[in-house]
Amino acid sequence: MYKYYKKYVPYLFLLPAAVILILFFFVPFFETIVLSFFDYNSNIYQPAFVSIDNYITLLKSPVFYKVMLNTFIYLIGAVPFLVVFPLIIAIMINQKIKGITLYKILIYLPVIVSIVVAAIAFKWLYAQQGILNYVMGLFHINPIGWLTDPNVALYSVILVTVWKGIGYYMMIYLSALMGVPKDLYEACEVDGANPVTKHLTVTLPHLMPTIGLVTMISSISAMKVFVEIYVMTKGGPLDASKTIVYYIYERAFENLDLGIASAASVILLIVVLVLSILNFTMFEHKQYQL
Amino acid sequence: MKNFKSISRGFFIHASLIIVSLLSIFPFLWLMSTAMKGPDENIFQYPPVFFPQHPTWANFKGVWNQIPFILYFINSMVVAGFTVVLNLILSALAAYPLARMDFKGKKTVFYATLATIMIPFQAIMLPVYLIILKLHMVDSVNNFMGFLGLILPFAVNAFGIFLMRQAFLAIPKEMEEAAFVDGCNVFQIWWKILLPMVKPTLAVLAIFTFIGSWGEFLWPSIVLTKKALYTLPVGVNDLQGMFSANWRYIAAGSIIATIPILIFFIAMQKYFISGENDGAVKG
Repeated sequence: MYKYYKKYVPYLFLLPAAVILILFFFVPFFETIVLSFFDYNSNIYQPAFVSIDNYITLLKSPVFYKVMLNTFIYLIGAVPFLVVFPLIIAIMINQKIKGITLYKILIYLPVIVSIVVAAIAFKWLYAQQGILNYVMGLFHINPIGWLTDPNVALYSVILVTVWKGIGYYMMIYLSALMGVPKDLYEACEVDGANPVTKHLTVTLPHLMPTIGLVTMISSISAMKVFVEIYVMTKGGPLDASKTIVYYIYERAFENLDLGIASAASVILLIVVLVLSILNFTMFEHKQYQL
Repeated sequence: MKNFKSISRGFFIHASLIIVSLLSIFPFLWLMSTAMKGPDENIFQYPPVFFPQHPTWANFKGVWNQIPFILYFINSMVVAGFTVVLNLILSALAAYPLARMDFKGKKTVFYATLATIMIPFQAIMLPVYLIILKLHMVDSVNNFMGFLGLILPFAVNAFGIFLMRQAFLAIPKEMEEAAFVDGCNVFQIWWKILLPMVKPTLAVLAIFTFIGSWGEFLWPSIVLTKKALYTLPVGVNDLQGMFSANWRYIAAGSIIATIPILIFFIAMQKYFISGENDGAVKG
């Protein structure tokens, strides 16, 4: 291929994006690591180098254990539902039935609406004298403190994340379902297989890469959850619904404890990095190849 | 017999999908129901009443008079609008050499860009905030700088660059060569020949960037100090503090704030639900 551009031209095209990515991704990335080795707690204007003290403080802190446990519960609480429900719904929608577009719009709606509004809507459902406790009453269950009971609050917040994510992952599955060869289904029907066997033997094997992809994306999102918690519980009661991003936010912007916040950020970075590398090497390698 | 089977199967599928659809929209319907109940109706009534006995718009008017929704809407439009424009231009610019040109350090640039996908904003938001402070891009300086601080950190991202790169890769190379022979310079080739050919991808990028920017809450709630610059999500969250126990107003305000994105969604629905945009998937 002959060149129709001068040597410096590619860099010119890259420059504006490079400035933004360097200024707001790479510099902050390295600054996070650097800050995590400094103590801002004693005097915010004269941070002192403390090497790995912040990490040791974190590892010794019961609150941080609680936070990591909550984050882990969030992950294993939300991800299986976000992988399975949208798949079942997508398979049902993928049949030749009437009203597909309307179903898709309604199920996708929670994805579009601001998470702040969604969280407020659920807060209202969860109210002590709210409609959810009324429904519970119908089954002779005592009113539940959905957001006020430390044993329940985290799961109530997880439910919002699951509810808001279903439409999103359903669309990913739907576009993958389009790629399943139709003649395989026909062969299945000729053999007299029932619908469940059909999907177990044909759909599932074909969707394995997509199921993996959804697992990874939803895991990474679960690690990053913040707004639901901020709007509904502020991490409470008694840190019961505090996950790592909320903890970082609280340390950094409410307590101005920049060192501890950065150390926690580095831990978040490492976890997301591992998940992302798994994702890229296993599922998204095609799209991101040079 | 077979007919009976397929009918009952169809019934089962429709019934399930109707239930899922209702569960998806019920929280909003319940919010709407609450917003339309007047002061003489007990919103904590047992059993709960879905259809207001005397439906009223009074709560909407009341909250509208106390909250500058128009201002929040304009702020959201400014932030989302500029974020979209910057993303389109910067992604398309950066994607062109990555798709089409040979240059020293291409591999480094490519993998460095890819690496940013793996950096969650939540983990670096503190230094981003410190940088924004150092650049005086905060609303305490002036409104313009405040908007800059809201917009610039999200002016481009790796997803957009890779999305545009895929689109450029699909264009035959002969197009550029022909344009060059016709006397176009490289910038003209990009602007006049290539960009028009990737319009569908630009549209997808624009729409998903818009939705993302429109719903963004964490960053504005960190940087904003003045209500004059509040975007809609920040304004909606603020309702809780302003009307702590007045759920009629909170509900009405949340509904009002949702209307613009609802209209946008209905108008652009084919982009969201066609199922052909798996390239626009974000983590």
